[in-house]
Amino acid sequence: MPDYKLQPDAALDVREILKDLASYRPRRRGWTWRRPAPGLQMGSFTFRDMSEPLKRSVPLPPAHHFGNIDPQPQPVITTEIASGRFEDDIRRMRMAAHHGADHIMVIRTAGQSHFDSLIEGTPQGVGGVPITRKQVRAQRKALDLIEEEVGRPINYHSYVSGVAGPEIAVMFVEEGVNGAHQDPQYNVIYRNINMLRSFVDACESKTIMAHGGLAQIDGAHNANATAREAWKVMPELMVQHAINSQFSLGCGIPRDLICLSTVPPTATPAPSLYLDLPYAVALRELFVGFRMRAQMNTKYIQSSVREATVTHVLNMLVSKLTSADIQSTITPDEGRNVPWHIYNIEACDTARQTFNGLDGLMDMVALKEDGPLRQTARELKERAVLFMEEMLREGGYFKAVEAGHFVDSGRYPERNGDGIVRKMDGGVAAHTLIRRAADYLAPVSAHYGDNNTAQYGLKPGEDPASLIGGCSLQRPELIQYIDELDEEDNVATRMAQNEHLRQPGAQCLRPEMEWLGDGTVMLTFFFPVEQKLAQAAALEAARRMNLEEAEVISSEIMHPVDGTRVELRAKVPFELNIADLVIPQEPEVLSDDQLREAFERQPLTVVCGTVGEDEHSVGLREIIDIKHGGIEKYGVKVHYLGTSVPPEKLVNAAVELGAQAILASTIISHDNIHYKNIALIDRLAREMGVRDKLVFLAGGTQVTPELARQAGADEGFGRGTKGAHVATALVKLRK
Amino acid sequence: MKRPDDFATRSAHLKELTDGQLHERFWQLARQLTDPLLQMGREYTSPSIERSVLLRMGFSSLEAKALVDALLEQGLLQHGAGHAVFKMSRVWGLGLREAGLRLIKLSQWDEVKAQFGGGAPDA
Repeated sequence: MPDYKLQPDAALDVREILKDLASYRPRRRGWTWRRPAPGLQMGSFTFRDMSEPLKRSVPLPPAHHFGNIDPQPQPVITTEIASGRFEDDIRRMRMAAHHGADHIMVIRTAGQSHFDSLIEGTPQGVGGVPITRKQVRAQRKALDLIEEEVGRPINYHSYVSGVAGPEIAVMFVEEGVNGAHQDPQYNVIYRNINMLRSFVDACESKTIMAHGGLAQIDGAHNANATAREAWKVMPELMVQHAINSQFSLGCGIPRDLICLSTVPPTATPAPSLYLDLPYAVALRELFVGFRMRAQMNTKYIQSSVREATVTHVLNMLVSKLTSADIQSTITPDEGRNVPWHIYNIEACDTARQTFNGLDGLMDMVALKEDGPLRQTARELKERAVLFMEEMLREGGYFKAVEAGHFVDSGRYPERNGDGIVRKMDGGVAAHTLIRRAADYLAPVSAHYGDNNTAQYGLKPGEDPASLIGGCSLQRPELIQYIDELDEEDNVATRMAQNEHLRQPGAQCLRPEMEWLGDGTVMLTFFFPVEQKLAQAAALEAARRMNLEEAEVISSEIMHPVDGTRVELRAKVPFELNIADLVIPQEPEVLSDDQLREAFERQPLTVVCGTVGEDEHSVGLREIIDIKHGGIEKYGVKVHYLGTSVPPEKLVNAAVELGAQAILASTIISHDNIHYKNIALIDRLAREMGVRDKLVFLAGGTQVTPELARQAGADEGFGRGTKGAHVATALVKLRK
Repeated sequence: MKRPDDFATRSAHLKELTDGQLHERFWQLARQLTDPLLQMGREYTSPSIERSVLLRMGFSSLEAKALVDALLEQGLLQHGAGHAVFKMSRVWGLGLREAGLRLIKLSQWDEVKAQFGGGAPDA
């Protein structure tokens, strides 16, 4: 057990995570599902499809209206975090866990698939992270601490593929990695690794993963991302799932740890649910007992984070209408850049929010048992069966790949002749298989295939590792830990360069999106001109703002000539001294007892209402109602006049009722109407000669205290105001 | 290959199947496709599989790579890299690690090959 523990009010110290890694051992092995909590009571609600709550989390933005509840959906929620610097990703993992992620997936650096061994040390990655023992151990150690903090196991995940799959699988089991992508078809089709080698290696990899209890995710979603018209490859997707699933069963992975990576293949503006739902239904009917990892569609993602988010919500509607055991989240900025911190969090929140909102849906609606849903589902299954029939006629899997049947853009049995062709004697690592001799032996656990242990006296079924007194899977002390191999390209060198920005303890601060203190900011502009000109204007505006490396990351046409929305990223050329920053003082708040005593000693009556043509009532009710902790509970007598109250009426009522104070709520801020109304109330009260007898307080979400005072109120209150703040002001300001 | 969508005629033999029978057919085909792949896995090994065996026996990734490369060159990988280490540790009276490290540095392989029946080339 490490001495270092996370403190809720202290920054995660990456330096502590990196200490004593040579002797660190993960706390557990294997995958963990969430524990369902049917009938969960939270706040005023009963939830039907949620899981056990977290001990510590950051609830959704509106949660403060609902008693700060944070119901956690039943599917495991995935987030992919791999910025290239694993040390910076660790902080993001903590943030993601607090936003409901319990499956942290690390994408590998470009080219690792073709690396003919484990990579060691901590080199910087490109488009992902080099997966090494040190990096995995550090992140698993951090997650061991983070899961303790949030109160739920966190699954850590990466890839067992390429030409070093079996070695990576061993390292993953040794280091407590909980899940992995493993699908030899991925090697074959997308990495052009020799297909015979890929399947032989996969037997060993899967056997090792089964031993470690890892959840396995297949690679079928890639066909969706690759095919030109993704909705046409649905029959093939089922075939790919079937091949990897059946093959995995043969290697000993239990059915409930074999997860199908399934994507709703279509995106809007196509009628996506009409196409995606029958496919999702057909898949779940065929793959009974397997687990569904619902991936989100990335095929058609553009640079609009709004558009991506809506697609992902629609994808989750399919999950809800069918089933999902693991719900992936794709960061909505995937069409712009390697994901930023904030978008991992947004994606987790999108999943949480959607499933919260859809809770209990299937208790009220059901999918139809006839009509187009059933017809299409049946047809897709038949097409998949025909696909496999032809594969067998052609001579099996390898021959079918050689014939180019996979990732053909035709809807099977239609063929467009544009499939990916691989040859049995081609690809990376061709001709590297070796036929095992009769005396072949591997004296280790979790080894697949012929293994002549009888020659050394073992009986069938005895663990081959018993020949050597147990292997590293039983005796972690056998693991050889390599710290670093490269003197320059390693985490210590990188961290030395930005040490002065590292919390806890740093005195300097820079904005960041991806890496510590990277200085990256994002700006949104609207220009009333056509797109090209607007982009040029945005770049010039950034230059005049002294920003560096400005780059347009998104632009959307509002109208071909009348307007363009432009978003750009850039870097700020400065650091901030934390000591120089001024945090506005929190307003003084009297205690509940002090307030009650003050109003008992000297009672107070207020009139209040939402002024102008404004029907908002929630905010003001929170300030006054006893059940929301409003001012009534301190003994203030309240006359509530309702919404859309004319300012004159408010002042007249104060006079007629002998009130000592006016509370005006004003939410609508268009054309500064909120400050105009404040000024009007002040003027009316003066004209009636009562202004000096009244306390006049104004509040609303867009009200700034200083501007409210300038407009004529005695005090102003903005977002986040509580009854106690207003009551305190009434005590202090009353005449 | 280019081919129009002949689903209507091609699927005629499936029309009489119930959903349950269709599902059964689906999985029967999946087994037929994957059984030969699983069989191939039983009979063959690869450098990566052998390195993964050595990792489990207590070698580092660098040592495992060096040792598998050497055994491959000597035509001994067909017997299993772990087997070579295991057998030679007994012959030499050394621990597994010591035997493996000695194999990595070995220049004269006759003794090892003799232990494996003369070392026919890897198939």
